[in-house]
Amino acid sequence: MAVLVEFRAVTYQIGGREILQGIDLCVEEGETVALLGRSGSGKTTLLKMVNRLVEPTGGEVRFEGKPVTDWDPIRLRRRIGYVIQEGGLFPHATVAENVGLVPKLEGWREERIRSRTVELLEAMSLPAPVYGLRYPRQLSGGEKQRVGIARALAADPPLLLLDEPFAALDPVTRFEMQQRFARLQRTFGKTALFVTHDIREALMLGTRIALVKEGRLELMARAEEFVQARSPEARAFLATLGGGPPGESHATR
Amino acid sequence: MRPAEIARLSAEHLWLVAIAVFAAVVIAAPSGVILTRHARLRRWTLGVVNVVQTVPSLAVFGFLLPIPFLGGVGKTTAIVALVLYALLPILRNMVVGILGVDAGVRESAVAMGMTRGQILWGVELPLAFPTILAGIRIATVTTIGTATIAAAIGAGGLGTFVFRGIAMADTKTILAGAVPAALMAIAADEALGWIERRFSF
Repeated sequence: MAVLVEFRAVTYQIGGREILQGIDLCVEEGETVALLGRSGSGKTTLLKMVNRLVEPTGGEVRFEGKPVTDWDPIRLRRRIGYVIQEGGLFPHATVAENVGLVPKLEGWREERIRSRTVELLEAMSLPAPVYGLRYPRQLSGGEKQRVGIARALAADPPLLLLDEPFAALDPVTRFEMQQRFARLQRTFGKTALFVTHDIREALMLGTRIALVKEGRLELMARAEEFVQARSPEARAFLATLGGGPPGESHATR
Repeated sequence: MRPAEIARLSAEHLWLVAIAVFAAVVIAAPSGVILTRHARLRRWTLGVVNVVQTVPSLAVFGFLLPIPFLGGVGKTTAIVALVLYALLPILRNMVVGILGVDAGVRESAVAMGMTRGQILWGVELPLAFPTILAGIRIATVTTIGTATIAAAIGAGGLGTFVFRGIAMADTKTILAGAVPAALMAIAADEALGWIERRFSF
């Protein structure tokens, strides 16, 4: 499989503090990689380097085989869907306008934008006739998040980046959203890189898990191998699962 | 103090205010955007404009009198002074409104590949609009009041009645200037407030 994203010896320092050191990591086409770590571990910084919201101070990040610094940042970002907590929706735009944003920037014709928007809203169980003209403030947290995902998928980008996409939701809605996302990944087969501090989410959605600890890549393992990992940090995360022996009921894929 | 004179001076007053507020918006809008991009420049500029605001208006009119081109007796001087006063609320609200745009919204705008211009026109300004409008509203209402003092340097307007009334110790003449000015301020406040509410999100 082709490598879509590659981190090569990536470091990041700010004000003399090392946020990331010597990160090597590949994301192959079609896989969903979870960046798992505690708050402040540097995982979000790592994610934001892919679409150049943050520039590494050392090493390089490649997308589609080309260093991201060689990409025009606008072109690069339009090829990468981005989802954040609570969606980051534009409050002054309707649901349909939010979803159709990147296609519009890309100069698609009106009818094509409309049919794409309708299609994606349907896929998110947000029928366009009901939701299309609403504003974000009229939506629940889970609905906002679904619109955020629809917006990220709108121009059919080869890669999705998700920054703790479900962290702000209540546990029940979060679980529903995770299941929906897993289904969606099976249908659309998008390559995805997502940040989470929730081991359950990482096991449920990630084909591989990259464990980040204090700015270093502690472990990179397939979900089913991760549950056997010996590293103390991995054990610490696995211990949060509680209940029966980890891995039997949670590694759904 | 016939109705015709009240109408004429009200129109003159309104005209002074309109020109001053319009000029202040024209100056403050681009400056405000620039100030949101440079933190240090922002502190200095807002500091200076703040100080200008604290100088009593009559003194500003006085200071401007001897200055060539901008100063002297008449409408130009008055408008220059009124612009200086109107500048602060507009500039400050412009900056506060743009900087107040939610960080997540701004980040996703950047991440979706919007250019700086697209973010400014499509995200920052629309979201800051109610705040910007609130600044223009405050500026307008205060300028209506301050403009009455402009009559002291021969700018005309409703202040003419006020100063004439004071000179003649005639309350009715003072009120002929004060009441229309107050009504004008209330009307402007209501009208701009209505627009502001319509554009809130």
